[in-house]
Order: sequence, then structure tokens, then C-alpha cells
Amino acid sequence: MSVLTTPAGIATGAADALRRRPGADVAGSAFKWLLIGATVFATGFLAVLLAVMIVDGWDVLSGNLWYFLTHGFSQRSAGEAGVWQGILGSLQVALVTGLFAVPTGVATAIYLVEYAQGSRFARIVELNIRNLAGVPSIVYGLLGLAVFAQTLNGFTGGTTAIAGGMTLAAMVLPIVVITSVEALKAVPDSLREAAYGVGATKWEVLSRQVLPAALSTILTGTVLALARALGEAAPLILVGAATGFMAFGDANVFETFTGPYTALPVLIFNFARQPGADWGANAAAASVIILVLVLAVNGLAIYLRNRFEKQW
Amino acid sequence: MNPEKALMTDESDAPEMLVPSEPHPQTRIDVSAVAAMAGQRAATETVFECGDINVYYGDFLALRDVTLDIAAHEVTAFIGPSGCGKTTFLRCFNRMNDLIEGARVDGAIHYHGVNLYQDEVDPVEVRRRVGMVFQKPNPFPKSIYDNIAYGPRLAGVKRSALDDVVEGSLTRAALWDEVKDRLKTSAYGLSGGQQQRLCIARAIAVQPDVVLMDEPCSALDPIATGRIEELIAELKTEYTIIIVTHNMQQAARISDMTAFFSVQANERGHRTGELVEYAPTSLIFTNPDDPRTEAYITGRVG
Repeated sequence: MSVLTTPAGIATGAADALRRRPGADVAGSAFKWLLIGATVFATGFLAVLLAVMIVDGWDVLSGNLWYFLTHGFSQRSAGEAGVWQGILGSLQVALVTGLFAVPTGVATAIYLVEYAQGSRFARIVELNIRNLAGVPSIVYGLLGLAVFAQTLNGFTGGTTAIAGGMTLAAMVLPIVVITSVEALKAVPDSLREAAYGVGATKWEVLSRQVLPAALSTILTGTVLALARALGEAAPLILVGAATGFMAFGDANVFETFTGPYTALPVLIFNFARQPGADWGANAAAASVIILVLVLAVNGLAIYLRNRFEKQW
Repeated sequence: MNPEKALMTDESDAPEMLVPSEPHPQTRIDVSAVAAMAGQRAATETVFECGDINVYYGDFLALRDVTLDIAAHEVTAFIGPSGCGKTTFLRCFNRMNDLIEGARVDGAIHYHGVNLYQDEVDPVEVRRRVGMVFQKPNPFPKSIYDNIAYGPRLAGVKRSALDDVVEGSLTRAALWDEVKDRLKTSAYGLSGGQQQRLCIARAIAVQPDVVLMDEPCSALDPIATGRIEELIAELKTEYTIIIVTHNMQQAARISDMTAFFSVQANERGHRTGELVEYAPTSLIFTNPDDPRTEAYITGRVG
């Protein structure tokens, strides 16, 4: 400190004091390399996974992709098996999931944030919902079997795509609620106050200011939840998704909602447990297809978000 | 329109409501008498009569026993150190505190004789008459036009009349010439000062009676502040204005009446605001009654 006492001292000390010293911030650079390493590991892992699936499934993907996409399951040989029923089933299940989970979840979030905000009840409910998001999916499968497939048999028709979709809806509901709650909380209070300040009612503030402002985030969270539902196998197997041969007969698309169903992840599980490399190729090819499906759903989310996002 | 009737949520309750309320027993600063003392203000109509207002946030008393009257077509300034409750008090006039979880207002604020804090009063109607401009400009994420038209649309103004309302409001807010060629563009494209004038235009577009301003210039540079101050001086011919400000020069420049609030901490460290002095601005800044006021305006205590 003493060099700083006179102007001359400051000047002579400056050149030395300001010089960059090697090793001055070792922890900082080490941390940066650690972060880079983690990033490389994470993306590398994903790339390897993708590469292995594409290589393993290459025969199917390059040779008879169209046949694979358009034909149903066959027990006879790997070459005759297709995933058409799985794709249809997955889309049906996802549709039912969305129809049940999105309105219920968004409505719950609106109630928690806009009406019960800050109350003890809202805090307890929110905490519990956050915990529910961590419940293993197989538990939801048991719930779905007991409640949707058996108790609500009259509505779902037993172990059908409707029961499967409702089971997955119960599973992703906490995710939809949590992301919607966060989206609504992120809408600044100044916006609410501005609307109330010119004499808007609660409904007008909600419907014309708060919800439009939160919509793009709610949409993103919702679609991500649906993407997660698309990839689930375990709960669907419990709720009766067919793991072997199934036939629609001459049922049309609407009737298949209440008949036997299957889903892509379930088919992958089925392919993978058959002996022989050609079945393995089918599993890998089906995995690539489900990845493409999930990517498409996520892409839809991004597209919708950009569309709805305020251009202001 | 009869304000007593118009504020009711249910018209059938009106007869009870029209019974004039008892005058407040406690000592009240008589606006006209003080005005006569100052020798420069004519006695005017009273818009708000506040009696013994206490505001709580949960169990915590934020503002104690405020009693004052607000005169029509004047600018009333609330000054005082941070945490003295002046913004809290301002938000009582249009029931904006209703929106804060746990906030509770005790006492009565009579608006043209109607107690705003009785059950039958609809806060939405109150806010249509008592508009508000906030500390930070908060335009809607919409076009300039839609920002102004939002309130009138809610109030049921016809589509064909909206253009005139928008032009009139922007003109009175001294913003029309700057934005008339880009009404359909985003309000976020305006500068901070323009945004605040837009918010003033939005507030007056619903033709309120009173405009509350919560430190409207604190986020603005001196030039923009000057424009807003000029605007306030013009607006007071049509509206009653209550403004919270941290800037004592601003209060001295633009207001007719000034209320000085102070803050006291109790033994547990809870800070409660109170009204120290309420007088014509010229008196407060030249010859304050209370030593605390004098200390504050001379900058010895802040």
C-alpha cells in the first residue's frame, strides 16, 4: 500500500502491478476446461448413441424403410415385421395424453398462480406437484391399470389407447403444471397492473394480457411433456399395450382408439428381446424412427413458439 | 354521471349507499383554510377525503393514521424518504393495494362522498375513474394504437370512435406528433420518456377523473422529465393529479399541495410511515411547521 501514497510511487508501481501474472486465475481456467469437458462428454455420448442406432438399423433404414413403416407386426421373421401399428398407436396415445393433460394442467397452473397465489393451499399443492414429477413412470402404469383400465372401464374400454393416453396424461400432468406455473409467474406484475390500472377485470387481464404473454412458454413446456410421453414404454405395457402380434381387423382409425393398441417404444422392447441380429436391426431402426418423431414434435414446439411469440 | 351510483356493483344497493357518511371526528387539515392562509389558492371542490388510513401488509403496519383531503384540479405531491409509505398510500386511491397479497386498508377514503372501501364498491369501476401511471413505463406488448385503445375498448367505446380517442389522448399527452406515422408499430420501440407519455395517454384515454402518478420520472432523463412536468401542468386543468416523487425540486415546481411523509421504526425494526405535514407547496418549502419536514427539505435528513 505504501507505494500508493505518492503520485510518483503510483507511477513506478503501476507497470509492475498491472502486469498479467501467469497462474493468477488457475481455478477460473480449470473450471472453464471442466465445463468444456462436460459438454463434449454429453454431446459425444448422444452422438455415439445416434451413430450406433443408425449403423445397427442401416439394413432396415436403407433397404426396406417403406415396408417397415407401413406394415404391422409379424412374429414369423424380422424381415416381415413393421412398425405401422406402433406409429399409429403412439400418435393416438399422444393425442389422448394431450387432450387430457394440457387443459387440466394449464387450468391448474392458472388457478395456482392467479387465484390462489401465495396461499398456504397453493404452496402445498405446488410442492406436491413438484414431488409427483419425480414419481417413476412404472408407478403411473400401476395407477393407470387400476384406475383407467379397470375402474373406468366403461369410458376407456379397458386396456385401450384411451386408457394408455390417460395414464401418460397423469404422468406428464405435473410437468405441464410446473412449466405453466413458471410461465405465468414470469409474466411481470407491471403488465397486470397496467391492465388493472385502466379498469380491466380479472378475466380481461388474464385472457388478454397474462395468458398471451405466457402462451409461448406454456406451449414449449407442454410439447416437451408430450415428447416425453411419446418415449414411454413401461407404463403402457402395464396398461395393456400389445407386445406381440395384434390385428385391427377391419376397424377404422376411430375404432382403433377403443381396441387393442401398441406404441413405438413397446415395439422396440418387443424387437429387442427377440433372438437374432436381424431383430436387433429392427429395434435400432424403430429407435431412429421414434427419435425422428420426437424431434418433429420438438420442432413443432419451436415453430409454434416463434409464431406465437410477441413480435413486439 | 353520478359517481355514487356508477361505482356500485349492484344498483339495488344504491339507496343505502347514498346515505351521506358521518364526517370524520378527528382533526382534519382544512384545505380551504390553509389555502386562505397561503393567500394564493382558491377553495376548490374536494375529490378525496381520507380518514385515519392504516395500511397493513400481513401483520405489519406500513402506514399509520393518515388523514388528508385532495382538492380537485390540483397537483398534490407526496414526498418523503424511501419506505415512508407514500407509494402505498397512493395505491389506496384506486384500490391497487387489493392486488397485493396480504395488503389490508383500514379506514375510509371517500371519493366524491362514496367510501371506496365498502363492500359494494367495484374496484374495476374505481380504476376507470382513478387512473394510474407507474414508476417504470409499462406499455403493453402491443402497438402504440392498441396501447391507447385498450382501456376505451374495455369500457365499450365503439370501433368507429376509437381513432379519435387515440388521437385525442396522444395529443393531450404531447406525443401525437412524434408517433402519428407509426401508430401500428410496437410501443417498445419508443424511448423511455416517450413510453411514459404513452402510459399517461393510456391512463387518460379512459377519461378518468383523477390520475395517480407513482414517481413517473424516476426512470427518465432530465429532458424527458421536463416534458412530463410540462404535461402535468397542462393536465391539471382537466384532471386531479396526485404524484409521488423523490425529487423535491419536482414537487416544488409542479404541485399545489405537498404532503410530507416520514418513517419511524419500532423496537422490533418494523418501519411504519406517517404523515408529518400537509400544506400548500409554497408553505412547505419556505416555512414548514414541523422540524422533520424542514430537516428533510433542506437535505439534512434523508
